[in-house]
Amino acid sequence: MPKQFIKDQQIIANSFSHVGLEEEIPTGDVIVPYSRFLAEQEQLAQHEGQVAVSVNGNDYDIYAIGEELAKQTIIALEFPAFVDGRCYSFARLLRERFGFKGELRAYGNVLRDQAFYMHRCGINAYEVEEGKDLEVFLEGFKDFSVSYQPIPRAI
Amino acid sequence: MYKYNETDKTIINERVEQYRDQTKRHLAGTLPEEEFRPVRLQNGLYVQRFAPMLRVAIPYGLLSSTQLRMLGRIAEKYDRSYAHISTRQNIQYNWPALDTVPDILADLASVEMHAVQTSGNCIRNTTTDALAGTSPDELEDPRPYCEIIRQWSTFHPEFAYLPRKFKIAVNGATSDRAAVKLHDVGLYLVQNNAGETGFAVYVGGGMGRTPLVSQCIQEFLPKEHMLSYIEAILRVYNLQGNRDNKYKARIKILVKSLGIDKLRELVDAEWAHIKDSSLKVTPESIAAMQEFFPLPAYDTDAAAQSTLDAQKTDNVEFSRWVLNNTRKHKQAGYRSAYISLAHADRAPGDVTTAEMMGVADLADQYSFGEIRTTHDQNLVLADVKEADLFALWEKLGELDLARANIGLLTDMICCPGWEFCALADAKTIPLAEKINKHFDDVDYEHDVGELQIKMSGCMNACGHHHIGHIGIMGRERKGVESFTIQIGGSSAEDAMVGKVIGPSFEEDDVAPAIRRILDFYIAERREEESFLDAYKRIGIKPFKEAAYA
Repeated sequence: MPKQFIKDQQIIANSFSHVGLEEEIPTGDVIVPYSRFLAEQEQLAQHEGQVAVSVNGNDYDIYAIGEELAKQTIIALEFPAFVDGRCYSFARLLRERFGFKGELRAYGNVLRDQAFYMHRCGINAYEVEEGKDLEVFLEGFKDFSVSYQPIPRAI
Repeated sequence: MYKYNETDKTIINERVEQYRDQTKRHLAGTLPEEEFRPVRLQNGLYVQRFAPMLRVAIPYGLLSSTQLRMLGRIAEKYDRSYAHISTRQNIQYNWPALDTVPDILADLASVEMHAVQTSGNCIRNTTTDALAGTSPDELEDPRPYCEIIRQWSTFHPEFAYLPRKFKIAVNGATSDRAAVKLHDVGLYLVQNNAGETGFAVYVGGGMGRTPLVSQCIQEFLPKEHMLSYIEAILRVYNLQGNRDNKYKARIKILVKSLGIDKLRELVDAEWAHIKDSSLKVTPESIAAMQEFFPLPAYDTDAAAQSTLDAQKTDNVEFSRWVLNNTRKHKQAGYRSAYISLAHADRAPGDVTTAEMMGVADLADQYSFGEIRTTHDQNLVLADVKEADLFALWEKLGELDLARANIGLLTDMICCPGWEFCALADAKTIPLAEKINKHFDDVDYEHDVGELQIKMSGCMNACGHHHIGHIGIMGRERKGVESFTIQIGGSSAEDAMVGKVIGPSFEEDDVAPAIRRILDFYIAERREEESFLDAYKRIGIKPFKEAAYA
């Protein structure tokens, strides 16, 4: 779990830890798979600390879950490999179709050279891969000053 | 042609700097190869068997003479004074040094060119009819729509990491000269019953290991929805395309597994949400784009000046060149002239710096300073006065570029093969030379008439062998190369995938086998019947028997 992450182009402390499908829920702020969140909603409501959810292109149909999912405050999008571009569509649909206004956080193989595209799709928080320089990542937002596509500013 | 505005210039200049920084970080060791690879690919840079290969975009195959000169100078300065026209109307440099690529990109940017998205799993260069804007059978010039697609697809943030590459082609004429049905998305400009122009949309074509002709997903799409509809297709593909197996990742496999009706349902559901969004292409923006592609200042007196008939009678060779290498034009007294890059002694599509410079001068002199590249790896001067054709032909002859073989046997398409490509199994260039030598008989070539031979050095099919009237695919087993022959393919409006005729041939036996197939055709053909039509009538069996006789 990275100690720091980037939110709204600022480097700040990260209080969240990712929890898998089976692991015991630790104390503090957690990100749990959305399927587990749905299954254990009642218990998780008792959790001290914030609960965020994570989704990915493999296990979830964004069209089916989008409306309900958008009621969350923090949604983490998994990029298992940076060349897996499904969560770019997840991000745009959550912002533009399902009206999600909260924190959209990329995690996994999250790298500087994709920062610009992620930002344009509406992702506003980044757990940059361990070992990468966050200052260098911030440079990625400045790759281009103009764009062709008319994408509504969703964040 | 399209001229960059401030936005275009800024984007391309910023791209150069972005790539310069990426190269710097890579060479400094902070950007490891596995992270550098996808970003360099999206900038057209492959690492091949002996050297990197840089593929430069020629949007919809259109070049100014200034741009062609720059391409020639780049070949001279950074490479071995030649380059290669690809089957996507792009141009490739085979020997640039990795650390000079940012400088090449800067030189390209100075003439409004780039290498953006010429490779990688993203939306590639949009291609079109090389005769766009000039052909009498054209409903509307497709190039303004190609440019609209180019801009929308350039650095599209959602679709930079698709399951696999994605190719779009647009055709505006009755004849399909853009192999539209072999593209992931193909657009035909069509007219509906109300007399409005829009697009028929096809999806799921492609070559490679599983060659498939595309299917119609939308019979009439109003122009204003062109981008929203393609975006809907791409979103469905991005979310549902196969990401586990790269050989099953193209949209053609999704079309095959879902069926066209189910795909249409998914696309329509997505499209309903975005069709009236800011992606709408207004009539005003189409009109503004069309202004970039005005009719050249044609000489309205051109027809009266033409002495073509007399010149043809006087000179058999010129007459042959006019017959094979020029095409009818919308404008009276003009023709389009093909420059064959299918030479007898080098790879089809190869063009030297001297040839690029020479052709640029001829374009300035005879064709309003514009040149087109074609998907069969040749060049076109699209707007030549008939009265100038003889002089043009003579000057092309001085450059050794007047080979009168367009659309004929020796006008082959061929991938670079094992010598230049890390994917290839077999060498293709030596066989192309052998076929050239074997059929070094102009009379026989003309007697055979229209014939497309297309050759690939492996099953990835970059040489389009599946859609050759005669297709050749190289393979290699235990150090021995052999070649399978297939016949009956077509890239035109009757697009079809060819059928393999049987066991493979050794390299030396390929040309004689083709000879037997063609001799059989000549013996069996009806009057004016092309090879492909004869194949359609007779079927594969007799051709197969002839080939192995």
